[in-house]
Amino acid sequence: MSDDLQRVTKLPESRDGCPRSVGDVLARAVTHALVGLEPRRVEVEADVYENGLPAFAIVGLPDRACAEARQRVRSGIHAAELRFPKGRVTVNLAPAGLRKEGSGYDLPIALAVLAASQQLPHDELDRHASIGELALDGRLRRVGGVLAVAEGARRMGLERVLCPSESAAEAALAGIEPIPVRHLADAVAYLRGELEPDPIVPPRAHDPPPLPDLADVRGQERARRALEIAAAGGHNLLLAGPPGTGKTMLARRLPGLLPALEPAAALEVTRIYSVAGLLSVEQPLVTVPPFRAPHHSASTAAIVGGGPGIRPGEASLAHRGVLLLDELAEFARPTLEALRQPLEDGVVSIARAAGRAIFPARFQLVATMNLCPCGARGDPAAQCTCSGQRLAAYRDKLSRALLDRFDLVVTMPRPRAVELAAGPSEASAQVAPRVAAARGREGLSRTGDADALLSRAVERLPLSGRGRARVARTARTIAALAEADAVAAEHVAEALAYRSPQELAA
Amino acid sequence: MTELALAVFASETGTHLLHPPLNRRWYSHLRSFDGHAYEQRLAARGLRFLPRTAPEFPPLLRAIHDPPPGLFVRGAGDTGLLSRAAVAVVGARACSGYGASVGRSLGRELTRGGLLVVSGMARGVDAEAHRGALEAGGPTVVVLGCGIDRDYPAAHAELARRIAATGLLVSEYAPGVEPAPWRFPARNRIVAGLCAATVVVEARERSGALITADLALEEGREVFTVPGEISSALSAGTNALLKLGAAPLTAAADVLNFFGIEEPAPAGRDALLDLLPATADELVRRTGRPAAEIARALVELELAGAAAAHEGIYRVQ
Ligand SMILES: Nc1ncnc2c1ncn2[C@@H]1O[C@H](COP(=O)(O)OP(=O)(O)OP(=O)(O)O)[C@@H](O)[C@H]1O
Ligand SMILES: [Mg+2]
Ligand SMILES: [Zn+2]
Repeated sequence: MSDDLQRVTKLPESRDGCPRSVGDVLARAVTHALVGLEPRRVEVEADVYENGLPAFAIVGLPDRACAEARQRVRSGIHAAELRFPKGRVTVNLAPAGLRKEGSGYDLPIALAVLAASQQLPHDELDRHASIGELALDGRLRRVGGVLAVAEGARRMGLERVLCPSESAAEAALAGIEPIPVRHLADAVAYLRGELEPDPIVPPRAHDPPPLPDLADVRGQERARRALEIAAAGGHNLLLAGPPGTGKTMLARRLPGLLPALEPAAALEVTRIYSVAGLLSVEQPLVTVPPFRAPHHSASTAAIVGGGPGIRPGEASLAHRGVLLLDELAEFARPTLEALRQPLEDGVVSIARAAGRAIFPARFQLVATMNLCPCGARGDPAAQCTCSGQRLAAYRDKLSRALLDRFDLVVTMPRPRAVELAAGPSEASAQVAPRVAAARGREGLSRTGDADALLSRAVERLPLSGRGRARVARTARTIAALAEADAVAAEHVAEALAYRSPQELAA
Repeated sequence: MTELALAVFASETGTHLLHPPLNRRWYSHLRSFDGHAYEQRLAARGLRFLPRTAPEFPPLLRAIHDPPPGLFVRGAGDTGLLSRAAVAVVGARACSGYGASVGRSLGRELTRGGLLVVSGMARGVDAEAHRGALEAGGPTVVVLGCGIDRDYPAAHAELARRIAATGLLVSEYAPGVEPAPWRFPARNRIVAGLCAATVVVEARERSGALITADLALEEGREVFTVPGEISSALSAGTNALLKLGAAPLTAAADVLNFFGIEEPAPAGRDALLDLLPATADELVRRTGRPAAEIARALVELELAGAAAAHEGIYRVQ
């Protein structure tokens, strides 16, 4: 043992001034717990009492996965040809009131135990945050939330974060130096100053898979136009009509019209995907707007978020991107109602013992539906066979309040063959630049004529107060697409064409 | 003058005569018939008689193999109207909602396209076609199957009054002749005879509208048929016509093109109204205008109370 280590063993006593009995050594590693996406500093304190009865306890509200660190840490330390301390080993995760979830605590626990048993220099450990799961053979495994932990560490003024090498590029996004670790032995050697960390290979930019193209859609001119407006203004869009008219097809073509994420938004999205464990190793930064299309059988927790292992739901995974609810009326009504909060506030907030977990969820909602359960409505060649009761139940699913959240509603009746036989339509690559240009034009005001038309519409059409506001928003986007200086009556008139029709809801 | 005498004689004897029968009853009628006095009585009631020999007698009608001796005429329209390019729009009395709306919009669109819409003012498709023509602001012509002084069916008296304000009602029957079923096929030959084309909107098998179509085909006139549902009895006649080679009609433009008339450019809302009922996308295709422009125009129509949308289909209110 070097002098250095001798000195280090005394450090805990000097810090808290609390005299300890012989052989009782305390060490500390730093990591972060997540409340929603918010990192909260967690100190992993290890207390080794070599004279005590052999025992290894983890206290401080670990969940099951976290408590099971005992087996992994013990086995990992042995695999690294290090010594697991004799006697009583107690690990405290402070603050005790905060629930510690998952296996990412393995690495800090192992490092704290090794420091407490004088196998690591304490002061080096103090300058690092750490996160990672240990395999039984001592190798490090990727976990979710590395970005948030790294960001927390940077905020605390720490210099580096020890993390699984696969997560190094992700941690680097936080603006802190990651120390990629393949094996527990590497981490120890590095902290002892015996090993230079691997250089981080900058993630190689690979081309994203091609998105489906608008050129594939025949006809449906009104729906295409609405899609362009929705893309330009980030509006929620509902496509309703009989089966096989291209509703799903169109909805899936929205992402291809959206501009890439701004750097700040990209980091927000990446944070969410990090927590969900969905980041790609090669290219951790999410730069394209996400597109999520949960099935209608998914649970409310899966869609909105929450549940036992607190995870972002589809609504948050679609943050800054598109949430497609295909066959809207097939979703459970409580699920749809639960979506109203994120639709209104752009966040999902979940009550937890340690406070509220807030997940951002500012997504663009695109939904499709048939006009009735049998699907025949809107199809001149078919006869609706739905009973009045069944139709009423179907419409009842969609509250007015939910329908009011759609800025644009397009009814897509079955086109006649001639409409579909129309020549090739515009490709996404032609539409996307218009969308991007419109996004730059903001803050247009309405002309007097536009105001007058809006008021006339409120008088003459069934249009709620919220509906009026939606129309005004849509009109602004239409004006922006038209490169107009102000929102004129003609823009309001077009926006009114996409208002929600009466027949869709009870 | 013999035409008038003959027309009155046929009406009074309940016969269908193209030429004087040269029997004693006819000569007795001819001796006692005072043509001038009769015409004065007609004029007093706002009626006229247009003999087959008159230059304004519609040439197409004169050309059929059994033209009437003349036409009794009622209404403010000029008799020259009868010689204009005309299209018959006929169909079932008990038509479907679809048939009614197609009849109406054809009446409108064909009138706007510059054609004269001719029909029989019967319930159902006929009346809708006349109404459509009136909506388009044009004159329309009714061929009655009863005396020129009758409004048949009586429920359409108000419609007849409106038609008479700008257009014409005509009949080969003198005042006082009661409507009778056997007269309707004869009336239909005049409907078809006045027109270069006949459109059958909905027709059961062996129905009056089919007779009109048959008469038109016999005279070598064009027949258009609106395709219908194969499961509906109301389409049995029209679909049978299609099988026989009648031209399917999917838009008023089909008829307008037959007359060499270009489809009307959508100058604005009125033009769009003519194309209803239609989906927004159909209007985009028909007009060649962008979806955004069509959306704006449709909203204007909705705000004006002129049109309304249901399940994606815009209809005239
Ligand atoms: N407008 C269109 N242009 C090109 N292809 C189309 C169009 N509409 C439908 N299709 C074809 O039909 C298939 C079904 O379309 P899509 O799944 O989008 O229908 P949908 O409207 O979502 O029907 P459903 O109500 O049954 O979900 C598409 O995969 C495509 O091949
Ligand atoms: Mg679908
Ligand atoms: Zn149905």
